[in-house]
Amino acid sequence: MKYLVCISKVPDTTTKITFSDNDTKFNESGVQFIVNPYDEWYALVRALELKEKFGGSVTIINVGGADCDPILRKALAIGADDAVRINTNDSDAYNVANQISNFAKENAFDVILTGKETINYNGAQVGGMIAAILDYPYVSQASKLEMEGNTATIDRDIQGGTEVISVDAPFVLSAAKGLAEQRIPNMRGIMAARTKPLKVVEPIDSENLTSVISYSLPAEKGQVKLIDPENTDELVNLLHNEAKVI
Amino acid sequence: MAADRYQPHDFYQIDELLTDEQKLVRDSAREWLKKEVSPIIEDYYERAEFPKQIVPGLASIGAFGPYIPEEYGGAGLDQITYGLLMQELERVDSGVRSTASVQSSLVMYPIFKFGSEEQKQKYLPKLASGEMIGCFGLTEPDHGSNPGGMVTNFVDKGDHYLLNGAKMWISNSPFADIAVVWAKDETGRIHGLVVERGMDGFTTPEIHGKWSLRASATGELVFDNVKVPKENLLPGKSGLGAPLACLDSARYGIAWGAIGAALDCYDAAVRYSKERMQFDKPIGSFQLIQKKLAEMLTEITKAQVLTWRLGVLRNEGRATTAQISLAKRNNVDMALSIAREARQIHGGMGITNEYPIMRHMMNLESVITYEGTHDIHLLILGHHITELQAFK
Ligand SMILES: Cc1cc2nc3c(=O)[nH]c(=O)nc-3n(C[C@H](O)[C@H](O)[C@H](O)COP(=O)(O)OP(=O)(O)OC[C@H]3O[C@@H](n4cnc5c(N)ncnc54)[C@H](O)[C@@H]3O)c2cc1C
Repeated sequence: MKYLVCISKVPDTTTKITFSDNDTKFNESGVQFIVNPYDEWYALVRALELKEKFGGSVTIINVGGADCDPILRKALAIGADDAVRINTNDSDAYNVANQISNFAKENAFDVILTGKETINYNGAQVGGMIAAILDYPYVSQASKLEMEGNTATIDRDIQGGTEVISVDAPFVLSAAKGLAEQRIPNMRGIMAARTKPLKVVEPIDSENLTSVISYSLPAEKGQVKLIDPENTDELVNLLHNEAKVI
Repeated sequence: MAADRYQPHDFYQIDELLTDEQKLVRDSAREWLKKEVSPIIEDYYERAEFPKQIVPGLASIGAFGPYIPEEYGGAGLDQITYGLLMQELERVDSGVRSTASVQSSLVMYPIFKFGSEEQKQKYLPKLASGEMIGCFGLTEPDHGSNPGGMVTNFVDKGDHYLLNGAKMWISNSPFADIAVVWAKDETGRIHGLVVERGMDGFTTPEIHGKWSLRASATGELVFDNVKVPKENLLPGKSGLGAPLACLDSARYGIAWGAIGAALDCYDAAVRYSKERMQFDKPIGSFQLIQKKLAEMLTEITKAQVLTWRLGVLRNEGRATTAQISLAKRNNVDMALSIAREARQIHGGMGITNEYPIMRHMMNLESVITYEGTHDIHLLILGHHITELQAFK
């Protein structure tokens, strides 16, 4: 099996978020970036586990600038065989999906994995769009993936239960928590990653279907008001008159 | 201990001076330590036991001889990467860092620098993988700051050397597989010998009752007519300069390590200052607390810049003993002061094992003494400045 894992760069979860350019751009200055956890912990590691069990190869792909190379090196250190970076900006999901689909089509992958979403923009679009462009089946939010020959059995966590799905390769899957366990790169992996190929590919012509008008931060959390458990009248009064929720 | 909520602090964006690989090694070590060592360290500290089960993991993150070339099982990395690893290890516990420092700088380094090709092949790959643990015997019961006065000695018996004497305060000794021992020959010249566990007459009693570095095992090395094969003598260098070169390497790592301990205390203090309410406000809103925090960040930042520069000099082979002394002395003292201030910020909670601070503080009392005491480093600097030595 040839696995293709889509990897994106996201700000570390403790980042203080600010915007620039009239609130249309995320301000990256001083921000630490990490591999999107759904891509790294679940999609990549499950692909590696399946490769280790049944053979094959794991290629990682990213749409982005040279600033994404460190996260690709990390994914290579975790165990991917080779990396591809499509050298264009990733601001529009359709463009990203189009770029990845084009590369995937030319290189015939059996299983394409993405994270269920990125933790910064939470778009959850790229996987589905790749499937649509390539006309492959798409299984979202997978929490378990087993392969037998060409056929995959996939668990999806749904409201109050689990859905079990069978699908034949080639297909696209988005990875949710539970699909695998995080692997921390070790020194051998980091050393091996030095010489693994990281190929930079120029983008194909593709349009952006969306553009950002503005970002805004959620309202600041207010002060906590503590109310005596005996004093339900006060609670009702505050919920009704101040918070205006009842 | 409560969950490890540590976040790194890099006020002057020193990260921009590091390579992607240096950061990847450091961040991977941090993640591994948070997952595998932070949850158990307090317990092992209290039991006064080194958690031996972490040895393979320490090897896997590259904590053992990262700058030793790949052909001998190392990772062939630079000195700054070594420093960053020591920083992450000591961020969690100075005792764990000590084990890695000894293995890297005091055992692998002398074998790599002064050993024969056979010695390198025999020991280095196993030390790098953690299959073997080593220790370093320089200090004696009556010779600490003055190691040149050592009495441990060996006599040439034709087909072997006969080693006698005793070493004291030796990190890792109780479970080490090999010891790099410094001893005088018949002419009084100091040489390094590799002594292996199991050699007749060689014992390693543990020192108990330490209030510091409790998660690191410390002991003696006792040599009672130990027959050491001649091929176990390190041929490359003799004289006091040989062990002192090892100390340069270890002290350099400690300079980085101490920043780790300081960062952990500072990080805990910042968080506590925002969470702890007194007089209806977070204590961080009081000027006296802010002064403490601002001074901590200032001292940490100065140490970060200083130590990064020392790393560059060391990478270029230009760092001098006196420069290393300055950094070791400054940074350990800085970390100890920060531990004390951070403990005050935590009030009563600061003395409990809910927070790592008291453990760091107690650990640092060893770190400020070993590898040259705080005052001995003044004498090294004084010697450099005046060209007059004040040791005796
Ligand atoms: C936990 C721990 C682990 C250790 N691990 C190792 C190890 O792995 N291998 C090893 O070889 N050693 C190790 N040591 C030993 C350590 O290096 C010595 O403790 C240190 O060098 C100081 O020696 P000492 O304890 O004999 O103190 P002393 O030398 O007796 O010093 C006592 C005091 O006198 C001061 N003093 C001494 N000489 C002078 C002078 N000329 N002028 C002014 N002041 C002076 C010192 O600064 C100090 O304050 C370890 C020590 C500890 C505590």
